[in-house]
Amino acid sequence: MTTATPPVKEPKNYLNAEHGLRSWLLTQDHKRIAILYLIAVSAFFVVGGLMAVLIRLELATPAGDLMDSNTYNKVFTMHGVIMIFFFLIPSIPAILGNFLLPLMIGAKDLAFPRINLISWYVYMLGGTFGVIVLLSGGVDTGWTFYTPFSSSYSNGYVVLTALAAFINGFSSILTGLNFIVTVHRMRAPGLTWFRLPLFVWAHYSTSVIMILGTPVIAVTLFLLMLERGLHIGFFDPAYGGDPVLFQHLFWFYSHPAVYIMILPSMGVISEVISTFSSKKPFGYTFIAFSSVAIAVFGFLVWGHHLYVSSQSAYAGMVFSILSYIVAIPSAIKVFNWAATMYKGSVRLEAPMLYAIGFIGLFTVGGLTGLFLAAMGLDVHLTDTYFVIAHFHYVMVGGAIMGYQAGIHFWWPKIVGRMYPRAWATVAAILTFVGFNLTFFPQFILGYLGMPRRYHVYPPEFQVFNVLSSAGASVLGLGYLIPAIYLIWSIKNGEPAGANPWGATGLEWQTSSPPPTENFEVTPVVTTEAYDYTALTLTTQEVTHVG
Amino acid sequence: MLEAKSFELFPEAASSIAGHVDAFYAFMVLVSAFFSLLIAFLVVYFAYKYRHRPGENIVYAPYDDHSLSAMLLEVVWTAIPLGLSMIMFVWGISIYFTEARPPVDSMEIFVTGKQWMWKIQHMEGAREINELHIPVNRNVKLTMTSEDVIHDFFIPAFRTKADVLPGRYTTEWFRATKVGSYHIFCAEYCGTKHSGMIGTVTVMTESAYNTWLGAGGGEGSMAEQGQALFNQLGCGNCHASIVNNQNGRCPNLVGLFGSTVELKDGKQVKADASYIRESVLYPQSKIVAGFDDYMPTFKGLITEDGMLKLIEYIRSLGAKNGVINQATPLPVQTADPAKAAISKPGVALPLPGSGGVAR
Repeated sequence: MTTATPPVKEPKNYLNAEHGLRSWLLTQDHKRIAILYLIAVSAFFVVGGLMAVLIRLELATPAGDLMDSNTYNKVFTMHGVIMIFFFLIPSIPAILGNFLLPLMIGAKDLAFPRINLISWYVYMLGGTFGVIVLLSGGVDTGWTFYTPFSSSYSNGYVVLTALAAFINGFSSILTGLNFIVTVHRMRAPGLTWFRLPLFVWAHYSTSVIMILGTPVIAVTLFLLMLERGLHIGFFDPAYGGDPVLFQHLFWFYSHPAVYIMILPSMGVISEVISTFSSKKPFGYTFIAFSSVAIAVFGFLVWGHHLYVSSQSAYAGMVFSILSYIVAIPSAIKVFNWAATMYKGSVRLEAPMLYAIGFIGLFTVGGLTGLFLAAMGLDVHLTDTYFVIAHFHYVMVGGAIMGYQAGIHFWWPKIVGRMYPRAWATVAAILTFVGFNLTFFPQFILGYLGMPRRYHVYPPEFQVFNVLSSAGASVLGLGYLIPAIYLIWSIKNGEPAGANPWGATGLEWQTSSPPPTENFEVTPVVTTEAYDYTALTLTTQEVTHVG
Repeated sequence: MLEAKSFELFPEAASSIAGHVDAFYAFMVLVSAFFSLLIAFLVVYFAYKYRHRPGENIVYAPYDDHSLSAMLLEVVWTAIPLGLSMIMFVWGISIYFTEARPPVDSMEIFVTGKQWMWKIQHMEGAREINELHIPVNRNVKLTMTSEDVIHDFFIPAFRTKADVLPGRYTTEWFRATKVGSYHIFCAEYCGTKHSGMIGTVTVMTESAYNTWLGAGGGEGSMAEQGQALFNQLGCGNCHASIVNNQNGRCPNLVGLFGSTVELKDGKQVKADASYIRESVLYPQSKIVAGFDDYMPTFKGLITEDGMLKLIEYIRSLGAKNGVINQATPLPVQTADPAKAAISKPGVALPLPGSGGVAR
């Protein structure tokens, strides 16, 4: 990024305003901090992705022939820990949210620029501990750290891993705090709450979960560290603790945490569907409030992870019905997105292809969540590959497809240049096909009874595992291609212009890349969000994939 | 059956509950397929039908999404999923309550999980590791505990599983409907050889099972082995295990199992397996009314397997109580209501099956 010397004529922007490593590492510009996050988060995605490659290679055969059981357990644990704590949670909020939130609300920066930079350093510190764990031999608890295995029996670096996630949590809290204050205090004149883009609503809801939920996981991990290090009994019955208590505390955060991962993605999809249909999102208020409803109800469903953990059947019933209720706002969003395309002017650019892929995969992911919310069915399905498939449909098919939609949508804004669109179309299709090949067979495997976290499995499960591993190679290609053309485009892409997609948000009214202060004149908002009338005359030139 | 079949979509259904679970699953698959295809169709159809053609102006059609018809639409696509999900909720709990409540006539088998094996103990004395032999068409209740970390006893062909926890007892039940061999998996990640913590459940005809049981023993029934342990640990020095014994230092154990015990702090507790286990390991945590904190802990002196046998022995005392009381009514013991409660006749739980009674 720092070496991208723009042509002499290019106007001053956040990328060329200052040069040198120091200007990046000490920056307080939210856009530059977003770039710092982009680099770090992408690095973790590569590491987590390599772990997934190892898992799929090992599971191509029933025998444990690539690595030993201990190594396999460490590999899937690191895959989970890295992907959840160091990729999915920060990806959209810390990269796109950081970059876009001030632009979308017509502000010069976030409310607390220094805290924003600190949050990145906290993330890097947590990440450093994660890397130390990785290099010194790993950890084998699974990303869920269930006690008393983690606290008394695991032979890996549990305390260091917990510390990594613990520290990383503070980065989330600081980001969430910053977003909430920014949305409350920094909106441009005339930008009322109901004129906010849906991306902002989604990030506001996410931030609420971040600051209310993350302290609970911090406390839980701290107790785990105390028990493991000092044998103070909280969870291990041998020390007088309760092993199921850990699961309650863990899921009290970790279930809302999946909404931290998916809500920002939903925000992206609302923007992308609207822009590429040139139509105001259908049911703006319903989509906005469904984000808030998800944030609230998401805190009340953690017990659906404990139907077979000896939890009271009556408690289970309450968690079951609440889990169905939390699904409704997601259904509302999906129907509203589909209705947004109705009578729109639909352009199938790469971000739109990713968004359509999101809708399909998230729908399957959401519906299969209903299987797991049903108590009688969950007894058979929980801890099998059905859960793995469901989770990946929501997190990879949902959250990551949304992230890719967002990256492809705002990339021209971020770097000021366009990527090769034909390649982007190819990548979006490969990702969609590869994803389904990888994860759909896992639903069947799960119902057949293949348990998760199995290094060695009975031979009758092999066919679906081979399909899954084959699909994963296609999916891998779907991730590799964008990595190449996006980096290539930084120097070699066509200049994108301020508003290449014909979008309405305030971020498109400033130049690409934006100047350091975002807007030369603070914008004054006089209309609803997504008012395409003002754009109709100027977007006749919107281009298409060759 | 365990022969490798490569392209099945449903696992073997070999328990009384499996058909119900499969039917519910099929319903869920149909509903999901319908909505997935509906959404996919709408999105693809709209993308095609309303596609923007190169060179055309983008037409922006303002519309009112607060109109009556738009609101009606929102209500419809909120209400239909909500209604359907309530059907799923009720269907789900109805199956769960069947799964979670063992019928009272279940025969009992005991399971101890440890890294990385399943130890099975039959009431009649037979023991096995990573194997479970059961008769077909009989309700079987497993009482399970773990010696170390959390495990999970999962039999896909029976569509059921339950966590196996250290420090407490959990239960799981099923009625096998097909003779054959099926997988047992540990479904809760438990460490290095987690994927090696597997076994086989063998469903046999009643007569084959009885033959198998007969061949297995040699150490006596669980209750008999429990009695040996009871003597070995010296429990009888303080606890009477004979009706009418007035040895006053600790509560009489006859008829204890399944009764309601009044505690020193005024609370009442049901004398189930967990209560007895806790009283052996942490005697000070629940003191029976009328007694002192006198008993030492037996923590570390007894294995989880041994504990299950000891509990079986104490349960068998309850049975003797019930039988004896019918013939010779108990004399009134003391005015102490706690003691009265303990030795009250007829409160012992009905004994499971025929094989459970100490002979």
